[in-house]
Amino acid sequence: MLRRLKLLSTALAGAALVLAAPAFAQKDIVIGLQCDRTGATQTVGVFLCPGYHDYIALVNSKGGVGGAKIKALEIDHEYKVPSAVESYERHKKEGAVLISLYGTPQTQALTQRLTEDKIAGTSPGFGTAAAANGDKYPYLFPIAATYWSQATGAVQFAKDKLGGSLKGKKIGYLYFDNPAGREPLPVLEALAKEEGFEMRTFAVPSPGVEMGAQVLDIAQRFRPDFVIAHLFGRSPSVSIKELKRAGYPLSKVVSFVWGASEADITAAGGWATAEGYYGIQFAGVGSDYPVLKEITEMYKKQGKPAPKEMASTVFYNRGVLIAAIHVEAVRNAVKAKGGTNITPEDVKKGFESIKGFTLGGLVPPLEINNVDHEGGGWVQIFQAKGGKWVKATDWFRAYPTLLRKMLATGA
Amino acid sequence: MFHRESGYYKTTYAADMALYPLPIARWTVAGIALAMCIAPFVLHAYYVSVINLILVATVGALGLNILVGYTGQISIGHAAFMSVGAYTAANLAVRLDLPFWVTLPAGGLMAAAIGAIVGIPSLRIKGLYLAIATLAGQLIIEWTINHVPWISGGMQASIEVPRPTLFGAQLRTQHQLYWFLLFFAVLAIVGTLNLVRSRIGRAFIAIRDQDIAAEIIGINIFRYKLLAFAISSFYAGVTGVLYTYYLGIANYEQFQIVTSIDYLAMIIIGGLGSILGSIFGAIFVTLLPIAIRLAMENWGAFLFGDADINNLIPNLRLMVFGGLIIVFLVLEPEGLNRLWRNIRSYFRVWPFSY
Repeated sequence: MLRRLKLLSTALAGAALVLAAPAFAQKDIVIGLQCDRTGATQTVGVFLCPGYHDYIALVNSKGGVGGAKIKALEIDHEYKVPSAVESYERHKKEGAVLISLYGTPQTQALTQRLTEDKIAGTSPGFGTAAAANGDKYPYLFPIAATYWSQATGAVQFAKDKLGGSLKGKKIGYLYFDNPAGREPLPVLEALAKEEGFEMRTFAVPSPGVEMGAQVLDIAQRFRPDFVIAHLFGRSPSVSIKELKRAGYPLSKVVSFVWGASEADITAAGGWATAEGYYGIQFAGVGSDYPVLKEITEMYKKQGKPAPKEMASTVFYNRGVLIAAIHVEAVRNAVKAKGGTNITPEDVKKGFESIKGFTLGGLVPPLEINNVDHEGGGWVQIFQAKGGKWVKATDWFRAYPTLLRKMLATGA
Repeated sequence: MFHRESGYYKTTYAADMALYPLPIARWTVAGIALAMCIAPFVLHAYYVSVINLILVATVGALGLNILVGYTGQISIGHAAFMSVGAYTAANLAVRLDLPFWVTLPAGGLMAAAIGAIVGIPSLRIKGLYLAIATLAGQLIIEWTINHVPWISGGMQASIEVPRPTLFGAQLRTQHQLYWFLLFFAVLAIVGTLNLVRSRIGRAFIAIRDQDIAAEIIGINIFRYKLLAFAISSFYAGVTGVLYTYYLGIANYEQFQIVTSIDYLAMIIIGGLGSILGSIFGAIFVTLLPIAIRLAMENWGAFLFGDADINNLIPNLRLMVFGGLIIVFLVLEPEGLNRLWRNIRSYFRVWPFSY
């Protein structure tokens, strides 16, 4: 009996040692990751979030940041605000040094909390354009081109395509009738005045799958020289189909970032249908980037095939871009602090010192500082051509002075 | 609530009308009240934030239950009434710099007025037809907020609101906001408890059970149906205001049709026509996804790989959530409240069967 007890106690002691062992290792750096794989925007989340995790795994396989592993704690909030609030508090409890927000209403609901708690949150491709102004929103980082920057990019692109001048030209703006869809309107109106083109707006009501009348109006009555589309969810594919049916040339259509994925083209009836359609991107598209090859290599080393999500390069690459910028901010924070015991405040400063980090072209030449939380508003335009997205322009930014003026006034 | 009684020994009307007829019931309520008062001092901010969400949801569920459970009218537009309350309070708070004890009732009253208007079709139509009419109300309100900058505060349709101030101190943290929300949730619970046993509440119940019979015994259907819509929308409006102060922003995108359906789910799962059921429903719908996720995070690793788990948790959560709702409703169509009562009556005679 005594012997058995002794044996038991040794076993217990051993177990305790094994359990205690990780405590000696360096503490993980926790990032709070909000995702939506099951809610209203699940078509994005199922590709974007694996991209995020794969990049974090790649960083960890190379030894992490400053010797510490990075742990991305994902919580799916189903695109619901109460769940997002709960997930934020959970992330905070787990000691997250930054929050990867997801969704416009969720971002807005948490903006004030982020400022109060002094934790940096990122809102790439959603949230409000005004958040680019670091003076007004010190803890919110769009880190990618906002809808305002996308609008100036689209107009610049139309200008280039139409021979360098928009004087007397006509541009149609086809948009989803929600706050996000209407956000670029002040920028477009200001540009119409500055460049002297005539702009007409065509609103598509939610859920955005019925736009025959608007498209006919565009193709038969208004006959614009260029169309800028800003649609979400299923509606971009419907717009491609309808424009094609109405006989409007797709090579005169440029879509904002949420209407420019492989999935939209497939849903519209395939690449042959969408041939010529342009899409704005805030992350590189395609699999021809060194970081993606490294991820494939990492999987190969583990004896696994590359994840199937990689095929949807638009959303997957955006996930990689978001993760990469987050890791870069953490890396800057660790470097500045000289250790891995960083605070959210350090990471905020880390974000504000991101510069010259391009990840082989997947990330634009961002330059984030304490005033500009958008990093310049760089976009790149791709065209649907021969079964894939082909680069139509290099990274560029347009009308920065106008944008800066509008951000300052908070229009 | 949690008590058991034996026989009827009441000798006065006052005793018969008491909210909690037995001492043990009063002690239970006191115990819960004490626990709610101690809770924020021992709990981490995360758990307090979860309770806060439940408190806000409770107010909304109570309001919807007054309409659907007690009066028998249906509304799929309740989230829109919340947004009416939210924007009313936000505009008053930002433009006129009014404190919450003015904006909160104002938001509720505005929602009540709009709710009474949306409720007008209920005088003519019932059931599914009324559901569609209130759905139209939801869409019209959404559209109006979306397209009238004077209400919505600009392109983004969101108004940032300063946090509530009490005696010169601003309530910011989850712990501070807990008291703010708890106060109004308790007010809503006590208010509903008294409403449903008043003349108005009994008229509601009469209309629900048989509106023609109710009319014949002298209940003014016109008045009481609209009153039900107004009171219920008042609760919804207050829910919207509470959300606005809790989040620091009024934004209609969180009050879309999905939210209306979430609240309907709460009261159906909790129990139609019961106050405890509304609370159970709010707790269940808020906590279940969290509980499932926590369980998956802790024990899921034994079954699945790391990469799969991130994809599995949300999907499995939806499946378990849906499955549990079906199981509960098949087990007891009258909701969690009835299930709770069944358990109680079982243990009342335990260990005998009857």
